[in-house]
Amino acid sequence: MHKKVQLWFLLSLFGFIGLVGRAQDPATGKPVEMADRLRANGKIYVVVAVLLTIFAGLIAYVIRLDRKIGRLEKGGK
Amino acid sequence: MIRQNWWKILCVVLLIYTITAGFLGAVPAKDILNETIRNLYFHVAMWFTMMVLFTVSVVYSVLYLRTGKPIHDIYALEYAKGGILFGCLGLVTGSIWARFTWGAFWSNDPKQLCAAIALLIYFAYLVLRNSMTDMDKRARIGAVYNIFAYAMLFPTIFIIPRMVDSLHPGGMGNPAMDTKDIDPRMEMIFWPGAVPGWALLGVWITTLRIRLQLLAEKKLSHA
Repeated sequence: MHKKVQLWFLLSLFGFIGLVGRAQDPATGKPVEMADRLRANGKIYVVVAVLLTIFAGLIAYVIRLDRKIGRLEKGGK
Repeated sequence: MIRQNWWKILCVVLLIYTITAGFLGAVPAKDILNETIRNLYFHVAMWFTMMVLFTVSVVYSVLYLRTGKPIHDIYALEYAKGGILFGCLGLVTGSIWARFTWGAFWSNDPKQLCAAIALLIYFAYLVLRNSMTDMDKRARIGAVYNIFAYAMLFPTIFIIPRMVDSLHPGGMGNPAMDTKDIDPRMEMIFWPGAVPGWALLGVWITTLRIRLQLLAEKKLSHA
């Protein structure tokens, strides 16, 4: 009884992975490895967060530079 | 002069959209490419930005030859430098992408070679300018050369890549946007988000350099 439940659980898990992980190239019909499970686990959000942080840092730097040059332009007049 | 800031905010918003949707949005599943297809939003956008900056640069070179105002020469030079920066980023990112899809960083592919030649012609623009000490001569010869360099972009990155077969997508066709590979979901991020976003960032950085250059000139003339 216990083993049967385990088996059923494993089978459905594999079935689920197969369902999620099967991305096919429409041209060749071959299954293609995509980051489907990565996204299902939510881990891709980590990459997005890191990139947005780097981007925010760079933009903050550019804005500060912009302001500094602006002040110099005003002071020169 | 009142500085307009709305386009800088637009630039940041578009790039946040590009980065977020670029990673979370759906993309077609392709063999070999896999998730690297998302590089379209970053690698290809570098080349579009380079073209925008070089185009502005050549317009200012023509203006300089027509009017002889030194400020036009400063604009032409700084826009060319900005274009070179984004061109180098395009070449390096393409090379990284090639390593994991074509198998090597550099495969002497016609598109890689032509892009490198186009950039070398622009490097020569900077070298040529710095070889002259006379300011007027430097600006005038630089402007003429810049027009030549811009004209050379057409055979090197638009015509030859369409004529020869290569590893790059769009062999014998449009090298940047192969409609077989991308789909409307990707175009909705690429055209409204990535292209204007990165182009505006390129213009922003270039205008900062121009303003710095103008300040330096002013300081020189007052000293």
